[in-house]
Amino acid sequence: MDTIWSMLSDPNMQWIFLGCTLLGISSGVIGCFSYLRKQSLMGDTLAHAALPGICIAFMLTGVKSIGLFLIGAGLSGLIATFGIGYITRNSKLKQDAAMGIVLSGFFGLGIVLLTLIQHGDYGNQAGLDKFLFGQAASMIASDVITMTIVCGLLITVCTLLFKQFKIISFDPGFARGIGYPVAFLEQLLMLLIVVAVVAGIQAVGVVLVAALLITPAVSARYWTDRLGLMVVLSGLFGAASGAAGTWISASVSNLPTGPVTVLAATLLFGLSVLFGPTRGLLAKRLMRQRVKQRFIRESEPLVKGSVKKEAAL
Amino acid sequence: MSLNHTVATKDTKAEAPLAIHGLSVAYQKKPVLRNISFEVNEGELIGVIGPNGAGKSTLMKAALGLIPSIAGEVLVYGKPYKQQRKLIGYVPQRESVDWDFPTNALDVVLMGRYGHLGWFRRPGAKEKAIAMEALSKVGMSDYADRQISQLSGGQQQRVFLARALAQDAKLYFMDEPFAGVDAATEKAIITLLQELKLQGKTVIVVHHDLATVQDYFDSVLLLNVELQAYGPTAQTFTQEQLQRTYGGRLAFLDRSLQSPSIPDGKGE
Repeated sequence: MDTIWSMLSDPNMQWIFLGCTLLGISSGVIGCFSYLRKQSLMGDTLAHAALPGICIAFMLTGVKSIGLFLIGAGLSGLIATFGIGYITRNSKLKQDAAMGIVLSGFFGLGIVLLTLIQHGDYGNQAGLDKFLFGQAASMIASDVITMTIVCGLLITVCTLLFKQFKIISFDPGFARGIGYPVAFLEQLLMLLIVVAVVAGIQAVGVVLVAALLITPAVSARYWTDRLGLMVVLSGLFGAASGAAGTWISASVSNLPTGPVTVLAATLLFGLSVLFGPTRGLLAKRLMRQRVKQRFIRESEPLVKGSVKKEAAL
Repeated sequence: MSLNHTVATKDTKAEAPLAIHGLSVAYQKKPVLRNISFEVNEGELIGVIGPNGAGKSTLMKAALGLIPSIAGEVLVYGKPYKQQRKLIGYVPQRESVDWDFPTNALDVVLMGRYGHLGWFRRPGAKEKAIAMEALSKVGMSDYADRQISQLSGGQQQRVFLARALAQDAKLYFMDEPFAGVDAATEKAIITLLQELKLQGKTVIVVHHDLATVQDYFDSVLLLNVELQAYGPTAQTFTQEQLQRTYGGRLAFLDRSLQSPSIPDGKGE
């Protein structure tokens, strides 16, 4: 394997490396809130729902531009969330079922449109199918600038509205009681998730982008009991995954960056589950053993005493 | 069913802490609350009593504007509650949140100060001092740094009460604070209620343990979709009114009502 430094001497790689790292930070940070609000699957739904939006944006303009795709994906994501809200309010279906229906419906439509585009006479269509599984290698300087703006925006909003996002994640009823516009804040959070998802689709693809929202957040939860630290850790885990994904895929030929990034995040999750302090499996096992040993030590004299008595009989 | 027992501290003719006129709430087609009207007196502890599904929590949530009502008006100290939010403290049911959330007891209590902070300001030293004081009032100052999932149910309830105290409100709503708590917490809550009353605050409590109603509350509000009775506990909490509210499912209550000798848990 090359060292990270020799890889980074290639200017092309620098962009990809930077882009993937920024993407990891953005989705790691915002993913914490969707995980704590028990909406981990929302990111997945939004990602799949983005596909028809991207296709329609391309069909209408014939241009491949992240900015336009962002608008298309944002709009179809918005329609999808309204759809989910409408179904849960007006039927007996629970949110998970509603998400499943909307997710697959939108994704089906997206695939149909994608096929239409590939067989139609759209000139510049090459590469649109890359949105399914992502192609980080196609990232160029302008994409990285977009990613930087997105990342900066997400971090700024999450920092400024940290206490609002915290309280609507923990106790939305109380938040409403003290006069916070909970519906607005929830929509804003949703919008930020859409932005993170759309920014990540190019690199990681529609199918896997949600992993970057969920996995670093869940991993970070294993290391801390404080929300502030959890958000920072989750961003770092996301960044590390993005960096590792770029590095590994650049060193080993023919490995796709996006999926390797997701695998790196999954590996970090595995390590967290095993080694997380207090919540990790290892820590729990050690704790149980310690309690058991103390119990045995403390009750030993009693046991010995009863054995002696029995022997005497 | 008007209330005439006035509060000693009321020198000016102040507006009632809470006045509800013709409040109705419906989920889908079914009415959950029908045409509820009442006014509470300042400085009282008021128990809201009624069978399951009577709309006790709904009444509280509708009064706080947490759920939409289809008709009616809620006035807090003479103004719509939206203008009076800083005067209102709220203790939701403990089960309404996920206690595995990554935060500690002090942090939850600090949330009670958010309404007093600006939109972007973080709680500072002053807020922390208020929150610590609230925690010590419920006997939880030793647990300030404790992750909230490691607290017992009663301790979690006390953290919620401390958060409401930190709100420094004049009118409190508490949704079943006594549900499933240990004896220590029950005692802490009662002491707290008495202290709030001494400070002239008004506390409305959804309550389900009929045996303790006479000891805890100055007034009771009997509810079963419609307002059944409301007034001073001695006159209102009667066998007849309870039968009406609970619809004859109350044979077991005879004993507790016939024994006026139940000690009131204050002077221990």
